[in-house]
Amino acid sequence: MRKGGWIKGVVFCLGLAPLAWLGWLGWHDRLGANPIERITHFTGDWTLRLIVATLAITPLRKLLGIPALIRYRRMIGLFAFFYGSLHFLTYIWLDKFFDLHDMVKDIGKRPFITVGFTAFVLLIPLAVTSTAGWIRRLGGKRWQRLHRLIYATAALAVVHYYWLVKSDVRLPLFYAAVVALLLGYRLAAWLRGRRKGRPASTPTRPRQPQPAIG
Amino acid sequence: MLIRKPAEILYSEVTPKAVYVNRRKFLAGIPAAFLAMRAGRALAATKLPGLAKSPFSTTEKPNSFEDVTHYNNFYEFGTQKDQPAVMARNFQTSPWTVTVEGEVAKPGKYSFEDLLKVAPLEERIYRHRCVEAWSIVVPWAGYSLSAILKLAQPTPKAKFVAFESAYQPGKMLSSGQAGIEFPYVEGLRLDEAMHPLALLCVGMYGETLPPQDGAPVRLVVPWKYGFKSIKSIVKIRLVTSQPPTTWNKSNAREYGFYSNVNPNVDHPRWSQATERRLGEFRKRPTLMFNGYGDQVASLYTGMDLKKYY
Repeated sequence: MRKGGWIKGVVFCLGLAPLAWLGWLGWHDRLGANPIERITHFTGDWTLRLIVATLAITPLRKLLGIPALIRYRRMIGLFAFFYGSLHFLTYIWLDKFFDLHDMVKDIGKRPFITVGFTAFVLLIPLAVTSTAGWIRRLGGKRWQRLHRLIYATAALAVVHYYWLVKSDVRLPLFYAAVVALLLGYRLAAWLRGRRKGRPASTPTRPRQPQPAIG
Repeated sequence: MLIRKPAEILYSEVTPKAVYVNRRKFLAGIPAAFLAMRAGRALAATKLPGLAKSPFSTTEKPNSFEDVTHYNNFYEFGTQKDQPAVMARNFQTSPWTVTVEGEVAKPGKYSFEDLLKVAPLEERIYRHRCVEAWSIVVPWAGYSLSAILKLAQPTPKAKFVAFESAYQPGKMLSSGQAGIEFPYVEGLRLDEAMHPLALLCVGMYGETLPPQDGAPVRLVVPWKYGFKSIKSIVKIRLVTSQPPTTWNKSNAREYGFYSNVNPNVDHPRWSQATERRLGEFRKRPTLMFNGYGDQVASLYTGMDLKKYY
């Protein structure tokens, strides 16, 4: 087994843990009075958390000096897509019962659904092109540019969350701050790179170690 | 007026289904319940004997007590549905005083015990529709709000009724945390408040109200969205003009003063055409005035309900 391969196994199990927990709650009839709402919120929460985790990999690699973290980014990103798909499935099945007409109306009319739907759709090309083959086919540069779509997904996901709560916006604002921090880090790195007359930071390419940006 | 045939037996007189289908669970729980009683931590709920049947009751099956007490919007005690059951546990509801004041000939202060004597208590099984598009059926206990208003004798100048909830800073969320202003206030037009369906509620499931459901006294206005049914009332004030209401102050575009249940007027962010009855898998269509149109539609004759949402 490759060095660190067992960590991947651990990350994989951790990624499945929320689903297992949800299954356990369901099996023991502990999903509360409105199980469908609970499942919708649960899968939505974990999608957002995993998007944040995916975005945190690059800064953490630099700040903690553990470049090996990159090995787990794809898997965490795919788990974000996985929970996003479950979240979307909950909506089209348990909320809309596959009523396409109703869904189209919803997506067009309700901003928070429109935004959430867009965030999810933007993840699809990223999941599809997550393989080594696709990186080769697209070329590192183009692949990377495409995968910056996750910045948009993260921002839209936070807006989706913010617009859905009635009045207590503390948690959505917390996620907004975390996402702003993670995207701000990239902006700072990019500006710094420009000032030094070098191309913008390219996290997947091996390169000279840089001082951490705080 | 449509008068439904009332159920032959009171909900409170029969064993709830959840109990008899879970006989083993129930039996297994007896030792724990006994211990809790010995430790003085038994539920403070007291039986409300002698509840009269009401022609206003629906024959639909009430939700379980468990659901109605663990799925609450009571922002003073947390903005997540499962929080009030925990955070309201030590809510002091005794002694309690409700002040009736404003444009009335006979203002007064009522203790909870006084309130119980204003009119004979009835059990009323109502549909309850939340603005968030879920619904429940609850066997409430109380009497028509009009009973206490008549005692107070509104003056001719009284046109609206303003209600105010208890607010205990430190024991409840701050306005900043909840995102809405406290104390919570609500209001009705006087003719709405005088309608016999509008219930001054002191209990449910044959007992006094649990804290998370608005103990010790709340309003239940079954043809309006749930947030109009203000909880833990300390003040009832008769006023000359339309009083401010909490959710309307928080977001006027989304929550109107009237807030009648209306499947044809959507919330700006979601549809009100259907609802999820707790315990049901598929959504059901939402009824105009939550199914109480025969009784209350005449209150709104000639009003544009899209404008006065």
